[in-house]
Amino acid sequence: MLKSCVTNLKHILYRLFSGMGMSLVPGLAFAEYGLNFQRPVTAIAHELLWLHNAIMIICVAILVIVFSFMFYAIIMHRKGRGHQAAKFHDNTTLEIVWTVIPFIILVVMAVPSTATLLKMDDTSNPDMTVQIVGYQWKWKYEYPEQDLSFFSTLSTPREQIENEADKGDNYLLEVDNPMVLPVGKKIRFVLTADDVIHAWWVPQLGVKKDAIPGYINEMWTQIDEPGTYRGQCAELCGKDHGFMPIVVEAVSEEEFAKWASVQKAKMVAAEARAAKTWSRDELMERGEQVYKQACVACHGATGAGMSGLFPAITGSKIAKGPVAGHLDIVLNGKSGTAMSAFKAQLNDGDLAAVVTYERNALGNKAGDLVQPAEVKALR
Amino acid sequence: MAIAAAHHEEHPGGLTRWLFTTNHKDIGTLYLWFALIMFFVGGAMAMVIRAELFQPGMQIIKPEFFNQMTTVHALVMIFGGVMPAFVGLANWQIPMMIGAPDMALPRMNNWSFWLLPPAATLLIMSLFVTGGGPAAGWTIYPPLSIQGGMGMDFAILTIHMLGFSSILGSMNIIATILNMRAPGMTLMKMPLFVWTWLITAFLLLAAIPVLAGAVTMLLTDRHFGTSFFDAAGGGDPVMFQHVFWFFGHPEVYILVLPAFGVFSQIIPTFARKPLFGYSSMVFATATIAFLSFIVWAHHMYTVGMPMAGELFFMYSTMLIAVPTGVKVFNWIATMWRGSMSFETPMLYAIAGVFLFTIGGLSGLMLAITPADFQYHDTYFVVAHFHYVIFAGSVLALMGAAYFWLPKWTGHMYNERLGKLHFWLTTISFNVTFFPQHFLGLAGMPRRIPDYALQFTEFNQISSIGAFVLGLSQLLFLYIVVQTIKGGKQATDRVWEGAEGLEWTVPSPAPYHTFATAPQVK
Repeated sequence: MLKSCVTNLKHILYRLFSGMGMSLVPGLAFAEYGLNFQRPVTAIAHELLWLHNAIMIICVAILVIVFSFMFYAIIMHRKGRGHQAAKFHDNTTLEIVWTVIPFIILVVMAVPSTATLLKMDDTSNPDMTVQIVGYQWKWKYEYPEQDLSFFSTLSTPREQIENEADKGDNYLLEVDNPMVLPVGKKIRFVLTADDVIHAWWVPQLGVKKDAIPGYINEMWTQIDEPGTYRGQCAELCGKDHGFMPIVVEAVSEEEFAKWASVQKAKMVAAEARAAKTWSRDELMERGEQVYKQACVACHGATGAGMSGLFPAITGSKIAKGPVAGHLDIVLNGKSGTAMSAFKAQLNDGDLAAVVTYERNALGNKAGDLVQPAEVKALR
Repeated sequence: MAIAAAHHEEHPGGLTRWLFTTNHKDIGTLYLWFALIMFFVGGAMAMVIRAELFQPGMQIIKPEFFNQMTTVHALVMIFGGVMPAFVGLANWQIPMMIGAPDMALPRMNNWSFWLLPPAATLLIMSLFVTGGGPAAGWTIYPPLSIQGGMGMDFAILTIHMLGFSSILGSMNIIATILNMRAPGMTLMKMPLFVWTWLITAFLLLAAIPVLAGAVTMLLTDRHFGTSFFDAAGGGDPVMFQHVFWFFGHPEVYILVLPAFGVFSQIIPTFARKPLFGYSSMVFATATIAFLSFIVWAHHMYTVGMPMAGELFFMYSTMLIAVPTGVKVFNWIATMWRGSMSFETPMLYAIAGVFLFTIGGLSGLMLAITPADFQYHDTYFVVAHFHYVIFAGSVLALMGAAYFWLPKWTGHMYNERLGKLHFWLTTISFNVTFFPQHFLGLAGMPRRIPDYALQFTEFNQISSIGAFVLGLSQLLFLYIVVQTIKGGKQATDRVWEGAEGLEWTVPSPAPYHTFATAPQVK
């Protein structure tokens, strides 16, 4: 414990001192020092870093200049040195000067800020559009032009979070299905949310905007270099707010086209699977997978829920009652609670599987099976 | 009858003295003790937060409880700690500073205090009901705050009660200042602390009912089928944010203007020189108060406002730097060529001004809309507001306590211990919150119970600082109790450079002061 603290301390001091000089020079690799913005990879992010550094330097300069007077007074004008107090308590000229000068500094700051803001706001003429929908606690990405749609959820294993396994390099910043984007293209993001307010933020791209239910927000980015860029939800959205990361993979245009066709093929295969009649084993196996991905965050691994917040599935009236009631709540959700309408999130096969699983596992024994066709009939 | 008779005694005894008191000094004392208890309660929650964040991974609490801790910590500190503490100071000091025998509305004064303990109890109780306490952050944004268990309803009711108390308190303060000044005490002769409180009281009257409206709409959305903030029912979740911050930004100045007043009392006393630019101080305070009502949406740059809105709120927010700068320059000019000594209150005032200015400058950075897209909802914001509220308000409160304790108790506090408390507090404060600037810039969102590995070191430093900061406050409690029990007898004037009516009465201040109004020249 003590040893690791000391090592950490050394590490920190090293970072502090080596970082200080670097942090004032935009574009250098200070991402690894963690003292300033992450390395920008878009024109806007570069501009933001420049703006941030410029304003920070002005602020630090103001602080140093203003308080050098105070510290001079503290050292020189003290009773202990026998300094006699002067009697003055007004000086109109001085007061006008120190009202006008800050105002001029503010105008100087406002000009480049306004220019950057106008650029960030210009979502016109995009090369492609991606729709982002925030859910508790995952992201859905839709590519209307490529006819793609998928969910992106945290892939860090539970054991790492609960300290039962060593943490990986990208702990809490890794997902199952990253958003893939082509480099050099102007991409327009359209954001909304399904349940509560989320915010989509990738620091290296210089983009952050709230995803709000009932609202459609827009922003844009154009990534300069291929790479993997990570971010997180930035607006408190409930229990697992800290566990819904964002991963963007920027690739060349050819790789993007290849990725899109592979994704499309996967979607078609999943839909075909959903259309057939499933066996009990198939339903239960797939149901368990879906439960672990979509339900476990609230209802718990054993189906016990969380007292007063998230109802238990084990022994619940809904899971023991008629299939129709069970399907209704899973498909349509319950307003005013964290239970969302899963018909927008899962396909018929997954819905049938998860309902079957909930009725026949987690301590429940309803005995009946639900087939994808029954789900389809309810849509 | 017995109670009524006891009431006019010089020192009524027992519990009923405190329950039924209408004396401004007793009520001031009640407010101050209540606030101190709340500081420890809120501080304990901060310790839980920092303990969980000491290492990556979930160690001691669950994410849901973490969210309850951040939410209740903020509510307790803002509504239970800082606001009542300043009302306590106002109760003790305003009548003595303006030469009034008591507050204008003494019975209402009693009631505005006694609304607080049940409200605080309700808030703490919420942590123990099914589903736990409110967990949507102190900003309680819907739709998240519509989810949640009955803890949220407890919090809403708490806010109603505390708001009611604040409204009554501000009416009382306004009535006292406008009607009960001693002959010759014109408005422009009032001590700055009285001025800042007068303006703060008007801010409270304007802002608190707006918050009450917002949380009432939230309550009906939760239970009575309305859809003010539910998009599916035709409502608007962003409207809540507008209404909330229309309260929330003036609230920040409610927390900090009385602190400016305290700085303006302490600094001239220990510089042995009159306050520089008295009238510009008054006008700067009024300007800040006015501006505070037209900057609210700078808390919401990322909700997707129209460009005109983004620009207006950026410019108006930047403008606040001008009157705030005037205040800082005036304090420094007061020190300039003074004859300074550095007793504990002065140390707190100097550190308060310096550290608050750091918070003010990071506030200016946050005002820049495009840059704010990177800062918003990160630890940079957490660092910023703790530099403003802890270094501004809380350091001022501690300075004020050391400044006036001799007047209140008749005893000098232990100067050596006071200085030790000062250095422990300010150093550990900076160790706690300065690294959070780096965390935010490097990309750590706020309100997360667990974080990526690159944030580990700074979080550990921050947590160690927080533990020291928390423990150091036990020393404050010890010093206060020690001073009440005994110590060197304080003179009437207490401090060599002290000016003002409160220093003309004996120490400790008798139960009733200025039964006959003094004449102010």
